Amino acid sequence: MRRILIIGASAAGLAAAETLRREGFDGTLTLVGDEPDAPYDRPPLSKQILSGEWSPRRLPLRASADLDALGLDLRLGVAATGLDLAEPAVRLADGSAVPYDGLIVATGVRPRRLPGQGAHVLRTLNDALALRDRLGPGRRLAVVGAGFLGAEVAAVARGLGCEVTLLEPAPVPLAHTLGEQVGRMLSQVHLDHGVDLRTGVTVTEANGGRVRLADGELVEADEVLVAIGSLPNTEWLEGSGLTVADGLVCDAYSAAAPGVYAAGDVARWHNPLFGTSMRIEHRTNAAEQGMAAARNLLHPEARKPFAPVPYFWSDQYDMKIQAYGHLRGHDGIAVVEGDLNKRRFLAAYRTGDRLSGVLMAGLPPKVIRPWRQAIAAGAKWHEVVGGGTPSAGAVPAPT
Amino acid sequence: MRVELDEPKCVASGQCVLAAPEVFDQRDEDGVAILLDESPAAGLLDGVREAAAICPAAAIRLVER
Repeated sequence: MRRILIIGASAAGLAAAETLRREGFDGTLTLVGDEPDAPYDRPPLSKQILSGEWSPRRLPLRASADLDALGLDLRLGVAATGLDLAEPAVRLADGSAVPYDGLIVATGVRPRRLPGQGAHVLRTLNDALALRDRLGPGRRLAVVGAGFLGAEVAAVARGLGCEVTLLEPAPVPLAHTLGEQVGRMLSQVHLDHGVDLRTGVTVTEANGGRVRLADGELVEADEVLVAIGSLPNTEWLEGSGLTVADGLVCDAYSAAAPGVYAAGDVARWHNPLFGTSMRIEHRTNAAEQGMAAARNLLHPEARKPFAPVPYFWSDQYDMKIQAYGHLRGHDGIAVVEGDLNKRRFLAAYRTGDRLSGVLMAGLPPKVIRPWRQAIAAGAKWHEVVGGGTPSAGAVPAPT
Repeated sequence: MRVELDEPKCVASGQCVLAAPEVFDQRDEDGVAILLDESPAAGLLDGVREAAAICPAAAIRLVER
């Protein structure tokens, strides 16, 4: 294999490139990204960049000398527009075609939007700077969507002295993913910090200065952020013959076709540890899957299934939430350490008869490690959550 | 090989401790990483490289010397 092409120059693409070089690949390594900036980190966009605590100079994922040392054919500011598996080559927006022997797709996601003009979204550095420049004491911000991104922005905006309205269609924010108990606790944190949280409201239109609700009510604000989830960037793969279904569909090795792998937010792969297909939009998974895809592409004779325990964190006000596993679609939850109402707790999640995830806030990091190990080992629920008498408050998950 | 930890960047994920427990630990109070050994022995370097690669804050840097 002499030519490897990576489409997508963010965390997953960069991790793949570094892994290929570290594992001895010395051929042509082309890294293509549609943003003009060198690979940078996204989680701080809704945290330290939005708050103004960090300058954008802190965002690059690697020092320029470290990036140069990879010897990349680095093409920034140009998007991929098509894939020809027979050639094989990828067409770029500048009209060129890049032939390859091995391909890694890491094109990520983009924000879902609503009808209307002038509302913010938050995915790129430019998005974050545009929103940051409009926030400050007394400014009114309406956030559409109380998922992790919307919640983090609401928290930062309150810290900056903004009046924040948080609009969420579900009765309890994040209940679908984290369970109703945890979702209610997080709602209370927002209320305690003075956020005007409105649940059960559907927004039909988002404009620069106002949003329209399904019942016709208009909510006025100085700025509006739409944070209602993401769409995988797979349009450029249409007609290629690869299977796209809410992400580029891959097998347990992160392979979409022979010699074609995917990694990061765009990849929907079969995680054998949980026995299910998943697509994970978390920072840690981007790096881990980029590394796994690179190794499997480079060493086809020694391929390994990609079977991680997903990890994510979220910073909201002074609370750090950390979670391992696959919480979405859980069947039950139990608080197994601490006290949810004191916001110092560890909650365990059950899917079928398995321990499928844990979520922790306000406790020392060592508390969560054995739980992560139990998830990685495929532990049964009754083995770790005390046979039928789980501690405080084991209740069925909301349906 | 020297290891550098950009402590203010650390997000307390603990991924480095999982990858290289001989070289990294976490503070109890906030989970921020602690560098136990800034010049790890050769046998530990694969784990340290793994830690640097998976750190979700890109807070770990390896400097050849």
